[in-house]
Amino acid sequence: MVSSNADIGYNSKVEGGVIVSKADAVINWIRTHSLWPMPMGLACCAIELMAAGASKFDISRFGAEVMRFSPRQSDVMIVAGTVTYKMAPIVRRIYDQMAEPKWVIAMGACASSGGMYRSYATLQGVDRIVPVDVYISGCPPRPEALLDALIKLQDKVSTETSTQNLFKVKS
Amino acid sequence: MIAQDLLVALQGVSSEVAERESADWPSFNCPIDSLVAVLKVLRDNHGYDMLVDATGMDNGVDASPRFTVIYHLLSTANHVYVRVAADCADSENPVAPTVSGLWPGADWHEREAYDLLGITYENHPDMRRILMWDSYPHHPLRKDFPLAGHEDDLWDEEIREETGTKVIPAPMAGGPFVSKSSNFEAQKEPRAKDESWNEKKEKPEG
Repeated sequence: MVSSNADIGYNSKVEGGVIVSKADAVINWIRTHSLWPMPMGLACCAIELMAAGASKFDISRFGAEVMRFSPRQSDVMIVAGTVTYKMAPIVRRIYDQMAEPKWVIAMGACASSGGMYRSYATLQGVDRIVPVDVYISGCPPRPEALLDALIKLQDKVSTETSTQNLFKVKS
Repeated sequence: MIAQDLLVALQGVSSEVAERESADWPSFNCPIDSLVAVLKVLRDNHGYDMLVDATGMDNGVDASPRFTVIYHLLSTANHVYVRVAADCADSENPVAPTVSGLWPGADWHEREAYDLLGITYENHPDMRRILMWDSYPHHPLRKDFPLAGHEDDLWDEEIREETGTKVIPAPMAGGPFVSKSSNFEAQKEPRAKDESWNEKKEKPEG
């Protein structure tokens, strides 16, 4: 006769408060829900970025409300606006100052491709100078689009092999 | 007649001041040597106390004189404008006197004209580029500057080596880019009018 056995499976008396999981799953879960943005506001997209941070759209619902104005403390650079060739090396330098792991969102037409500024003075897409993870269309995009991009980035972060990256030797 | 009175008064400063063709406000051509004196008279004796705009103009690659500096003044008491233009003597290295001594606000206007047209202002307190980066070799508003721009190096040597990115010409690629009127938000995104060519595909001949 088979009786129910409380000793099989999770037993809090035996195992205490311990949950067994994969390191990747834990690290990615932590990273996913606390993406601290580096607001690289360069044009009108920055206004929508501010709106996304304010109470109506409330980016803090996704754990990204801690806008850090120091690259040393941020995880995701949101390039919001037109990047001129004069500004481009500075954007890259700030990206280099961010600690790993780091991601980039190209917000709006200008940051993604130069947008309406097909000009001698405008960098034709910020991906020419920093690696971009998520592009947002729109001129400017609505705050919802930014939130959507953030969720897409969270999906991406949650599938990364973080432990391998952690111990990876840079060649 | 404001224009006639002003012309007489300004010819007292320099006999070479002449009326300039204008569709709106009184406008004068002025020899560049007496430009500052003429503007000072307009400011002090005729109430044109506000410098609305200081700019320059390229009359064409083969034109002589090639460069002209232009000043728009406003009388804040009488609400009337006046325009003063002066041709730069040298077409290769155009030089104009600064009026930042009369109006401190002319400082940045003249830096912009220097940046985009290459007109050097004598005795300017801070004659640097204002929009383009300091090592940029061209003057984009000159008539011989192509619309797409020139290929150049990025100004930061470290970033240039790290990324391999260059300043590239940006041809209009089928532009201008216009948004169609549509009830659907997605179809309102600006697109090139002529989509037969783009960055990767050459523009068809003819």
